[in-house]
Amino acid sequence: MEMLNIKINGKDYTVEKNTTILEACHKFGIKIPTLCYLKEINEIGACRMCLCEVKGARSLVAACVYPIDRDGTEIFTNTPEIQKYRKTNLELLLSNHDKKCLSCPRSDNCELQQLCLEYGVDETKFEGEETHYDEDKTTLHLVRNNNKCILCRRCVAACKEQFVGVIGPNNRGFDTMIGCNFNKNLDEVSCVSCGQCTVVCPTGALVERDDTDKVFAAIADPTKHVVVHTAPSIRATLGECFGMPVGTLVTGKMVAALKMLGFDKVFDTNFGADLTIMEEGTEFIERVKNGGTLPMITSCSPGWVKFCEHYYPDLIPHLSTCKSPQQMQGAMIKSYYAEKAGIDPKDIVVVSVMPCVAKKFEIKRDDQGRDGMQDNDISISTRELAKMIKKAGIQFTELEDEKFDPVMGIGTGAGTIFGATGGVMEAALRTVADVLTGEDLKQIDYNEIRGTEPIKEATYDVAGMQVKVAVTSGLKNAAKLLDDIRAGKSPYQFIEVMCCPGGCVNGGGQPIQPGHVRNFTDLKALRAKALYEDDLGLPLRKSHDNPEIKAIYDEYLEKPGSHLAHELLHTSYVEREKN
Amino acid sequence: MQKKISSIPFSGTPEQEAQLKETIARYIDDPGAVMPVLQEAQDIYGYLPYEVQKMVAEGLGVPLEEVYGVATFYSQFALSPKGKYNISVCLGTACYVKGSGDILSRLSDILGIEAEECTADGKFSLTACRCIGACGLAPVIMVNEDVYGRLTVEDVQGIIDKYND
Repeated sequence: MEMLNIKINGKDYTVEKNTTILEACHKFGIKIPTLCYLKEINEIGACRMCLCEVKGARSLVAACVYPIDRDGTEIFTNTPEIQKYRKTNLELLLSNHDKKCLSCPRSDNCELQQLCLEYGVDETKFEGEETHYDEDKTTLHLVRNNNKCILCRRCVAACKEQFVGVIGPNNRGFDTMIGCNFNKNLDEVSCVSCGQCTVVCPTGALVERDDTDKVFAAIADPTKHVVVHTAPSIRATLGECFGMPVGTLVTGKMVAALKMLGFDKVFDTNFGADLTIMEEGTEFIERVKNGGTLPMITSCSPGWVKFCEHYYPDLIPHLSTCKSPQQMQGAMIKSYYAEKAGIDPKDIVVVSVMPCVAKKFEIKRDDQGRDGMQDNDISISTRELAKMIKKAGIQFTELEDEKFDPVMGIGTGAGTIFGATGGVMEAALRTVADVLTGEDLKQIDYNEIRGTEPIKEATYDVAGMQVKVAVTSGLKNAAKLLDDIRAGKSPYQFIEVMCCPGGCVNGGGQPIQPGHVRNFTDLKALRAKALYEDDLGLPLRKSHDNPEIKAIYDEYLEKPGSHLAHELLHTSYVEREKN
Repeated sequence: MQKKISSIPFSGTPEQEAQLKETIARYIDDPGAVMPVLQEAQDIYGYLPYEVQKMVAEGLGVPLEEVYGVATFYSQFALSPKGKYNISVCLGTACYVKGSGDILSRLSDILGIEAEECTADGKFSLTACRCIGACGLAPVIMVNEDVYGRLTVEDVQGIIDKYND
C-alpha cells in the first residue's frame, strides 16, 4: 500500500494513495459539506458543495470524487474563495426551491437548511422562474414533494440499490425532475414501499406519510381502547431522535413515553415475533417432512414481500404463509386479548410502531384482518413516534424506565434479534432445534449468520438433519438468491430475506442521520449490536420458552399451525405487475 | 421543454416487434445498450411510446424509468408519432426574431395540437426544430421536404389547406 505525504490547510498528513479528499479530511477531523454523496452508491460529484482547492489544479475539485494520487498534494478546504463558491451554489439551489421551511417536516434535520445556516445565505439572491410540481400523495407510505427536491439523486441511487429503480431523473435542464416512468405517480409503478429513499433524502422532498394525528385522535376518543406495540428494533434506534448515541437501547424510556402519551396498553411486538417463530418454525418442519416448496423464505418484511410479488411472482410459493409479527400481534390483540379483557374488538384501535414505512401498506393488504377489521389500524414509524413524544412535551432522556404490559408484554431474546439481519433465522433455528431434538439446547448462538455481510450462509446439524440456510438483506442481494432458485440451483432449505440493507435496524422508518454521519458510521452494525446485547441479557432467549406464548397456545390457539392459527396468523400473496 | 406523451393508441406490427427483439439481442451484452437500442427502436417505430420503451426495458433488463429518463433527456427521441405530414417550425435565432414563435402558435391553434404532438387522425404532426440553415428565408417552416419561407401568420391556413384534401 503506497502512502503519500500531503498537506491539508497547511498541515502535514500521510494518507493511502487514492483516498478521496473527502475521506482523508474525515479521517483528520475536517467535515466537508456534501449534499449528494452517499458512500459507494452515489459518488457522482453533482452537488458541488464539497468543492476544495488543490494547489496547481486548473479549477476547484469535488472532494468526494477526487482521489489523492500524488505525493506532496496540497489541499485547501475552507478558503474565503471556496466559501464564496459554496455559498453561491446554495443560493442557486434556493433559487428554485420551495422555501416553506416553517411547515416542512424535515425542518429540524434538513441538510440543505443546515448548510444555509452555516454559510449565511441570502435566500432571495437569485429570484426568477421556479418549477412547480403537484405533491404525490398517492401511496400509503410516503409523500413526494418535488418542489423541495435539489436533484442530488441520492433517492435514485437508494432505489436502484434495492433493484427497484422506479425513480430517476426525467427531462433535461430546467425541467429535470426526479420522477417515475411516463410521469406516473408512485402508486402506478412497482415501488415496494421500503422507504429507503426517505432515509437518504437530504431535504423534505421525500417524507413518510405522517399518521400521528390519527393516533392522537384515537387516544383522545374516550370510546376507544388504544393499544400500541413496538417492533424489536425501535428500542435500539428511538434514542437517536433525542440526541442519544447510535446504538443506545432505550426500551424502558420508550415504554414510559408511550404510557405518558396515553395509550391504554403498551405491548411488545417481540411477542408477535416469538409467535411468528412458533408458526414459521412449524411450517418449516412441515415443509421439510411433507415435501413442501423449498427453500422456504421468510415473510416478515412487507417491502420484501411486495418486491417478490412484483418482480419474482413465480417464486411466491416459496414465501412462508405466516403473517409478519406486526400482523400477528394485531390479530391476537383483536381476538385473544379482546376476549380476555372483555372488550369488543371494534372498540380497539391497534397502533404499531415500526422501523418501516412499508408497514403502512401492509396493514391494508388483502387477506389480513377479520370480520372487516384490520389487524392493525395505524402504523407509525420510529420517526413519527419521536415526533409525537416531542409534541407532547415529554422529556424523553429524563424518563424512568417502565415495563411493557402483561398478556403480550413478554418478548424473548429471539424476538429482539428480529430487528437485525439474520435474527429471524437464528430465532427460528433456536426453536426448531429444540422441537426436533426434544431437548433444551444450550448452544444457541448462531454466529455464522450474524453481521452485515450481504449474503451469509451456513449449514447446521439440526437433530441429525443437515439444514442449509442463507440470510440476506437489501433487495439487490436477495435478487441473487432468487435468481438461483429460478435457475434450479439453490442449495438452501430456508432463506431469510429482509428488504432493507442490514434488516429493520436500517429500515425506511428509522431515524434520519445526515450524510456526514451515515457515510462514515456503520449504522446497521451499531444498532444491531444493541439488539444482540439485549438478547444476551434477557432471561428468556427462545421463543417457545415465552410463558405468554405458551399461554396463548394453551388457552386459545391450541397448537402452532392449528386451524385457528391458520385463520388468524397466516395469509396469502398476489401476483403484481412490474411497472 | 418537457416532451409530450402521445395518447394515440399504439399500433405496432409483429414484424416491428421481431425487428426490435433482434436489435435488443444484438446489444444485450453491451453495458451502454439503452441509447443505441432506443435509436434503432425509433427507426423501427418512428417514435418511442410506452409499449416500445417497456419492451426495451424488459429486453435489456433495466428499469423502465431508466429508459424513460434517457428518452426524455435527448432531443433526438420522440414520444409522439410523426404524422403523414410533419410540420417543422424553425425556432433558430433568425426565424425566431422574425416571428416563427407566432407561426408555431397559429399552427398549434389550427391543428389543435402542441409542438411534439400528432393529430388524432395521424395526418399532421408539429415539431419545433433548431436552425434548418435557411435563415435568408426566415421565418421558415418545412412540411415533410417542402420548404416555405418569408411567412406571415396569415399564410399558415393556406399551407395546411394544401395538404388537407
